[in-house]
Amino acid sequence: MSTTAARSQLASDQAQAAQRVGFGHLMLAEWTKIRSVRSTVWSLAIFVIGTLGLTALFCWLTVHAIQTGRAERRTADLLVDPVSFILQTGIGFGQLAICVLGALTMTTEYSTGVIRASLLAVPKRLPVLAAKCVVFATLIFVIAEIVVFVSFFIGKAVIHPVVDVSLTQSGVARAVIGAGLYLTVLGLFALAIGALIRHSAGAIAAVIGLVLVVGPLLGLLDSYDWGRHVHDWFPTQAGSYITRIHQASDQVLTPWQGFAVFGGWTALLVIAGAYLLKRRDA
Amino acid sequence: MIEARDLTKKFGATLAVDHLSFTVQPGRVTGFLGPNGAGKSTTMRIILGLDHPTSGSATINGKPYAELTTPLRTVGALLEAKSVHSGRSARNHLLFLAQTQGLPSSRVDEMLDLVGLRPVANKRAGGFSLGMSQRLGVAAAMLGDPQILLLDEPVNGLDPEGVLWIRNLMKHLASEGRTVLVSSHLMNEMAVTADHLIVIGRGRLLANAATDEVIARGSGQSVRVRTPDPDRLTKLITAEGGHAVRAATTANGDGAEQAPLLTVTGIPAARVGELAASASVVLHELTPQLASLEDAFLELTSDSLEFGHHESEPASQLLPEPAQAADGRIR
Repeated sequence: MSTTAARSQLASDQAQAAQRVGFGHLMLAEWTKIRSVRSTVWSLAIFVIGTLGLTALFCWLTVHAIQTGRAERRTADLLVDPVSFILQTGIGFGQLAICVLGALTMTTEYSTGVIRASLLAVPKRLPVLAAKCVVFATLIFVIAEIVVFVSFFIGKAVIHPVVDVSLTQSGVARAVIGAGLYLTVLGLFALAIGALIRHSAGAIAAVIGLVLVVGPLLGLLDSYDWGRHVHDWFPTQAGSYITRIHQASDQVLTPWQGFAVFGGWTALLVIAGAYLLKRRDA
Repeated sequence: MIEARDLTKKFGATLAVDHLSFTVQPGRVTGFLGPNGAGKSTTMRIILGLDHPTSGSATINGKPYAELTTPLRTVGALLEAKSVHSGRSARNHLLFLAQTQGLPSSRVDEMLDLVGLRPVANKRAGGFSLGMSQRLGVAAAMLGDPQILLLDEPVNGLDPEGVLWIRNLMKHLASEGRTVLVSSHLMNEMAVTADHLIVIGRGRLLANAATDEVIARGSGQSVRVRTPDPDRLTKLITAEGGHAVRAATTANGDGAEQAPLLTVTGIPAARVGELAASASVVLHELTPQLASLEDAFLELTSDSLEFGHHESEPASQLLPEPAQAADGRIR
């Protein structure tokens, strides 16, 4: 009798708990996980300081070179797309930190064994990945937008003697906001690869290899028509178009099309990661 | 209640769990015993939904683990493999787990007090000793005040104080009516902790019975007999269908001449006494030797440790009916 009573008590507890526990709780738990390890704090600190510092340094060096007549070609770049000129160095560096953080956010679950605790708590599994993606993307979006806007205003002030750029000019606001969006999706892209590969070193090598090696190599195919298509449809290449003011003449995709392609690739990887998370033994 | 039905798990060509069926009842400590590599951890991981069985099923209160809405409130688990980020504090580890179940953060502090980790709650878990890590694991398992507990090798590597703590905790939890399944390869630990034993070897069920029963029946009992007339007694015992082995030497340094020692198997001590009395053989000692759980365990698992594939007879005596049926299906 007492066991039956205990069991029905347990059942009603469960029913109450089911009402109380929702996706919000899982997001809160993922937020606790992300904020409570030093690697997150360090990666983001390196991202913020490195991006802002390099932006300021390289803008100043180039402007100084132009003013002293050492860089005619750079002057042309600067005049054509001042936003790209300002942001490219910072993003080039910052994306490494974001890639590492994205991959580690997923792979440390496996390397430390926390994945077992996570899946014991949420045995349906997919809500863990979903909550992690939402919390991580939100965190990166907020920080990345702040960093790219601050970078933009630093760069704008530094290059002011050469060219005047403002957010109200055509394509400028979209390019700056787009830089933050690019970094956010890149983080998710890395996280998804982490979910697929599950090992920190392997996942980081794969992401960095794709972003820094394969992407630029595909640029060498631009003398072929098909080569330009391959190049433009490559995830990070397609995604980077949103950070430029103008669409280049040999560019197959518009900025937003490119961003959609990058988002599509990332969604595919997340879905593949979700499928494997559900299927594999943890 | 935990129930495993015809559970099988293959890793490639290796059969880790082989048509395993058992139930674990509430209100007692059930020991899950087997040599290393017998499939204990894999079975527990399947019950907890971490591994997918190749065939068969495991349920908690009639439901697969994955269908529990707030599983930590129903089942607490302490796995052998570590599942804590070395850079995260004990409090934050428990906090994120509590948040997934909609538990208040006050519950985290209660658990830290329960296991005595409050003073180091904000320290990185990577710096914890084995005993402290195990306490953190217990805190995580108890977080949702679950009615069912699965503990995989909880005393492994603990000092005697830690072993005693875990042992008393398990007994206490079972006495509260909870279901406690604890795996171990340490037979003596199970002999003093578990009320009931599920013994497996090479993924197969070898015994599922009360601990006393496994000890009593798992191994042939023997009788120590000292008599000045070993040859006559040996004849009587052999005629009765028993078996007597004379110890090599009985001489010891304390001067007193001792009568030769026989170890008798196959006949109970009482019958040995009756035989001796009927033939007027003098006995100096007649001691029934209770097999330890260790003996019983070694006997049960000896077949499963070998590569040959033969039936373990003492084991099949202990198998309950449904499990025997499951066994019979193996081709």
